[in-house]
Amino acid sequence: MKIVLNGEMREVQAGTLADLLQECGFSGRVATAVNEGFVPSSLRKARKIKDGDRIEVVAPMQGG
Amino acid sequence: MKACYGTSLPNPLMLGTAQYPSPAILEQAFRDSGAGVATVSLRREAGAGQTFWQMVRDLSVLVLPNTAGCHTVKEAVTTAHMAREVFDTKWIKLELIGHTDSLQPDVFQLVEAARVLSEDGFEVFPYTTDDLIVGERLLAAGCEVLMPWGAPIGSGRGLNNEYALRAMRAEFPEIPLVIDAGIGLPSHAAHAMELGYDAVLLNTAVARAGDPAAMAKAMKLAIEAGRLAYQADPIEARDMAEPSTPVIGKAFLS
Repeated sequence: MKIVLNGEMREVQAGTLADLLQECGFSGRVATAVNEGFVPSSLRKARKIKDGDRIEVVAPMQGG
Repeated sequence: MKACYGTSLPNPLMLGTAQYPSPAILEQAFRDSGAGVATVSLRREAGAGQTFWQMVRDLSVLVLPNTAGCHTVKEAVTTAHMAREVFDTKWIKLELIGHTDSLQPDVFQLVEAARVLSEDGFEVFPYTTDDLIVGERLLAAGCEVLMPWGAPIGSGRGLNNEYALRAMRAEFPEIPLVIDAGIGLPSHAAHAMELGYDAVLLNTAVARAGDPAAMAKAMKLAIEAGRLAYQADPIEARDMAEPSTPVIGKAFLS
């Protein structure tokens, strides 16, 4: 299935958001959104991923 | 100084974490500034996020995540939710940018986002203009802190409108007020504190200085000096001279 992960098209196997993070090598402190909506970490296992979903994975970064 | 949402800041300096030449220099700048609050952001994870987070934790300061770069209420609210989870804090520096060149806040969307987030339990630090009515609306929306700009972000111009900032201080005597953005020099930071502001938030002035750690220390000292000056009740400026040496008793010698 094809998804857009952090702005890049990706072919992935994962069926849930939690699996997707694992498949794509994310760990540590990240926050997630699917199709511009925040998905709390507690709901990642339940959140199914569909073809064409737009997924954002963000992490702490420098800021002013 | 006044507490922000029940938290007393260790000192009146909030320092940004962006644009330093290296992580080591960032750390040194924080140590030399004595800043008690670090602003941070969220960006797409590309591998560096976890190392950065560990470094920020090691600074042992309060963390204030921002919504930098957001242009809509929806974007800002979603970013705030992500920040609350990642940084484990209710604090959010709410930025809603309305203009590309000046990075002026879109105050209409700012008030709306502040209301949504306050109702959801966030403790909002709104990056706003020096407009009094907007300040009132932000307080009515649930904010307990206001952060008016001194000048556009990164411009280093100091306090562009001292009159408006004085008026803001007078209008909201009990509210913690933070000058956020526009500080370029320690004298600007001292100026803000002399007006009775409770804190100063700055980033570029330190991070982009030739010697960030030295500038961080200069800011710290200037902020201390400015606060002491405010507490010491400065004299009013006047147009005409007034001799400081007694006139009475001067010998007749001409």
